[in-house]
Amino acid sequence: MSEFNLNTTAKNTWCPGCGNFAIMNAFKTVLQSLSDEGIPIDNVVLVSGIGCHAKIVDYINVNSFYSLHGRVVPPAEAIKIARPGLKVIGFSGDGDSYGEGIEHLIFAAKRNIDITMIIHNNRVYGLTTGQYTPTSPLGFRGRSTPAGTKEAPINPLELMLSSGATFLARGTSHGIELLKKIFKEAILHKGFSLVDVLQVCVTYYNMYEYYDKRVYELSGHDPQDYNQALAKIKEWDYNQDARIPLGVFYRSQRPSFEENFLLKRPDAPEINSKIQNYLQQAI
Amino acid sequence: MKDFSVLIAGKAGFGIDKAGSIIASILNQLGLRIYIYRDYPSLIRGGHTFSIIRASEKRISAHKDKVDFVLALDQETVILHKQRLNKKGKLIYDSSAVKSEGLGIGISNIIKEENASEIMRNTCIIGSFCKIAGINWEILDKVFRKNIDRELDSNLKIARRGFDAAQQEGNIEAIRRAPMPLITGNEAIGLGLVNAGLKAYIAYPMTPSSGILHFMASNAENFGLKVVHPESEISVMLMSLGFAYAGEKCVVGTSGGGFCLMTEGLSFSGMAELPAVIVLGQRPGPSTGLPTYTSQTELKFALSAGQGEFTRFIVAPADPEDAYFWAGTALNLAWKYRIPSIILSDKTMAEGIYNFDTGSADKPGEENPASWQAGLVKKANSYEHDPAGITTEDPDITKKMQDMRLAKEKSLAKELEGCSCVKVYGNKNSKNALLCWGSNKGVCVEAAEKLNLRAVHASVIWPLPVKQLKKSLKGAGRIISVENNATAQFAGLCNCAGIKISKNILKYDGRPFSVEELERLVKKEIK
Repeated sequence: MSEFNLNTTAKNTWCPGCGNFAIMNAFKTVLQSLSDEGIPIDNVVLVSGIGCHAKIVDYINVNSFYSLHGRVVPPAEAIKIARPGLKVIGFSGDGDSYGEGIEHLIFAAKRNIDITMIIHNNRVYGLTTGQYTPTSPLGFRGRSTPAGTKEAPINPLELMLSSGATFLARGTSHGIELLKKIFKEAILHKGFSLVDVLQVCVTYYNMYEYYDKRVYELSGHDPQDYNQALAKIKEWDYNQDARIPLGVFYRSQRPSFEENFLLKRPDAPEINSKIQNYLQQAI
Repeated sequence: MKDFSVLIAGKAGFGIDKAGSIIASILNQLGLRIYIYRDYPSLIRGGHTFSIIRASEKRISAHKDKVDFVLALDQETVILHKQRLNKKGKLIYDSSAVKSEGLGIGISNIIKEENASEIMRNTCIIGSFCKIAGINWEILDKVFRKNIDRELDSNLKIARRGFDAAQQEGNIEAIRRAPMPLITGNEAIGLGLVNAGLKAYIAYPMTPSSGILHFMASNAENFGLKVVHPESEISVMLMSLGFAYAGEKCVVGTSGGGFCLMTEGLSFSGMAELPAVIVLGQRPGPSTGLPTYTSQTELKFALSAGQGEFTRFIVAPADPEDAYFWAGTALNLAWKYRIPSIILSDKTMAEGIYNFDTGSADKPGEENPASWQAGLVKKANSYEHDPAGITTEDPDITKKMQDMRLAKEKSLAKELEGCSCVKVYGNKNSKNALLCWGSNKGVCVEAAEKLNLRAVHASVIWPLPVKQLKKSLKGAGRIISVENNATAQFAGLCNCAGIKISKNILKYDGRPFSVEELERLVKKEIK
């Protein structure tokens, strides 16, 4: 087993105790173990959006595409279509992919394109200093909603299931061993995979205690059963008090989008004769 | 000189477009040079749509208001277009559906007798037109066999009935020379891109650029292209940057409204130095505007779209040959300098049908991109970043990186000095010059030749080819700028560069200038 230096020159600016550390550390371990199993680190591309989560690409010395807010998915899809041999992993926030870029997530799931999305779901905007997100509970008091939000949160896993995602899982930033396991499974899954990580923002929405009291790991659950998966996904709606299941909810197989683009461009002389041919047909 | 026009019109759904291109193919076979102007509303059935097919001894790329044949399948065509007929012009109409003077053919009756479908009325009127104009049946037969793949026999039968029901009136002689391909501006853009090494095309449908998407999709296998139609123009643009990151030459196409959504990605291209090429087909705005009509209103938008300051290349091709060369060149320059390129087309050029002279079209060649290299950590970043791609807020690195990105504009401008960015036509010594850009070349050159003036056409918009413009306009005391917008956008750019525009001729009703219209307007200005 060869060890990589995955560090960069960038100075880490996450708050002490930030849930992002657990995600990064779990992911680095997974990278190492993937490499041991024959997936070279050179073939990995990380894509991130804008927000605290996104800094992860500055901190890991791997190919990366530091995108715009809400725009993790489209470049990740394009990189996969352009070079299907690459492992493309998107890191995104809840404001980032469940808010501004939610349409991209829905379409990527619909296409079942073979990319993995890891969502740092802290249920608050951190980098813009504390506003509500699409998964904040009803009544959340943020800086843009001082009297509390008037809209209930979405359940992103339910939305992803109905959109056609073929791998869905949940973890928390207080459970690094589980994160390692489900990240690896998600990355090795052929098709669109998404891991919703209940990542805690210690500064603006510290939910460590809340989650610790409610989470449990799924057992005896059949992830290939759609109805079971739906029932487990609906057990907690990101709003009302309930037990919060963790682990792999759903796993299925269907053709993935990038397989439709395996054409090779002919060489220049052949292209030229094809162009002449096209023009001849137009006479 | 041989120069005449045929107008065919009817409701959308009558197959007017197809009929127009068949007539054009027939005239093309006679060695005539062709240009088709297509006018249609934004709907699927009903409304009024027409095509003017102009045929001439010499190359043309503009339409005339006056026509020599009107082919009328409904009453509205007679009402709207009868006044376009020249003195000796012929109005050919379906006498079993339309009341008019002229040459009536009982087309609907023929269709009934033959138990054929309603849409074949256009086939029938083409038959009658050929007989009346004195075009041999063999030519019609040849063109039908090549262009019609559904119910060919039945179409030929109906056309023959139309042919036999008419009396010959004219005699269009063939010119002994090879016919040239007939293509749209959109196809020419597509072919130029393919020639320059295109690997992927991504677009969300929007008139007038959808034609490129359709061209790419239907030829994807032939040219080895990856063609994607994603959920929005936002996704289109970001996907294009993903392709660029992965080392694959990629182009996107849209119109003004879609380009609005692409601007965040455009700016990202500037920051991350990821090559991008956008075909921006102009149509009248603001907002949804007139979706199926023409304008040149996005010049300033293309110039300043996207937050921040970064180098960009903007080119506005005149016609298919120009589009073939400049579309490929725009792709190559984007990759060479790692900048965004914008190809400004408009509905007139994009959807107009022109002869394409393979011989005279310059070939752009192929700039080979640095493709994906394993073993190197490649980091693209939308934040300000150091040369390794790591985010920075350091003032020195910020300035250094910004200077480096902006320095590209100088090198680009210098390289473009070696290209024909601006061309002169007509009387090159005339003190009166018509200045135009984009699709207005054809109509301006024709007007200038007729009135013995100089015509100067710019294909490259940015970096503004100041030296070439000044050289082309040397000695012109009176410069008349011709544009399809209300605020003289290109003239404004020239004025800033010290090229004084004396007068603007502006048209912004969604329609392109006709030859007669521009002549009339120019005459007033030169007295």
